[in-house]
Amino acid sequence: MARILIIIPAYNEEESLPGVIQDLRTRFAEGDILVVNDGSRDRTAEKARQEGVAVVTLPFNLGIGGAVQTGYRYARAKGYDIAVQFDGDGQHMAAEIPALLAPVIAGRADLAVGSRFLTPGSYRPPFFRKIGIRVFSNVLSAMLGMRVTDTTSGFRAANRKAIAFFERGYPEDYPEVESLVLLHRGGRVIEEVPVSMRDRTGGKSSITPIRSVYYMIKVLLAVFIDVLKK
Amino acid sequence: MDIVKIIAITGSATLLLVVFEMVRRGRLKERYSLLWLFSGCVLLVLSLSRGLLEYISRLVGIFYPPSLLFLLAFLFLLLITLHFSAVISGLTEKNKQLAQEIALLRQSVEELRSRDTGGSSREDA
Repeated sequence: MARILIIIPAYNEEESLPGVIQDLRTRFAEGDILVVNDGSRDRTAEKARQEGVAVVTLPFNLGIGGAVQTGYRYARAKGYDIAVQFDGDGQHMAAEIPALLAPVIAGRADLAVGSRFLTPGSYRPPFFRKIGIRVFSNVLSAMLGMRVTDTTSGFRAANRKAIAFFERGYPEDYPEVESLVLLHRGGRVIEEVPVSMRDRTGGKSSITPIRSVYYMIKVLLAVFIDVLKK
Repeated sequence: MDIVKIIAITGSATLLLVVFEMVRRGRLKERYSLLWLFSGCVLLVLSLSRGLLEYISRLVGIFYPPSLLFLLAFLFLLLITLHFSAVISGLTEKNKQLAQEIALLRQSVEELRSRDTGGSSREDA
């Protein structure tokens, strides 16, 4: 039986976190839970501790990339076989974890990514976000030589090789897209898995309309630079 | 023309003295003073030696020799700021690693402590 760690990066998620942990406990009890409290200013750490899960508190806000990498470091230090990245805002569903794990456990993939877009009609993003999603999807598909539909999905499962890879280096500001490119260039296999996701239960998305243009330019630039890196 | 020369000499000499004094007082690390000292020396030599300044200006096609000083000062500043950007990038990475390391260590200390006391000290962490 593989030892599984569920990494929940959390920045000011006191409202949604208890529900997320409850969901995991009832629908996926096989995994240990780690909350990486990314320098939250609310009671995220206390709420997580009240639930009795492991909590790693960063002394200041590192951003999602630094927080997730902390989780991978923990997974490696404790010798976990698989690490699952799971959002603290309630949009991911614990019931989908077994499906996400399947390609990793079967040894087909080093990283499984849960995609909202493989089941048609399940999620309808706003217009501008839809364009952005399509651009990323096309660029990434060309780069990786495989079809990727949900490049910004933070619902992922990594095996030991991918954990070790991310422990050594993980992109910082908007890491989801970039980490796929890096992992692919590191010779690891990625597979997308169809999953459904919920609307957020609390907090606010970090991506506002104004920021999304900046987001797109920055990520595309970073991805192209990654290709040129040694 | 002489005034330009005086200004140039005073400027580069002051730069050298200030940087030297900061290093002496430990306000500036040697590692980060080298580019400043090098820039200051080059500018000072060119300010003092009219002949050398005119010779190099002619070589690169600058008609008014003192503007070579401006050009060099500008290039040195570019170089120094670029160097700082690289240094800051390195520090950012180290800073992140330190933060992660501290967080993980603190977690394992809490874990060990609560194991010692039979898991009862969870709240005071």
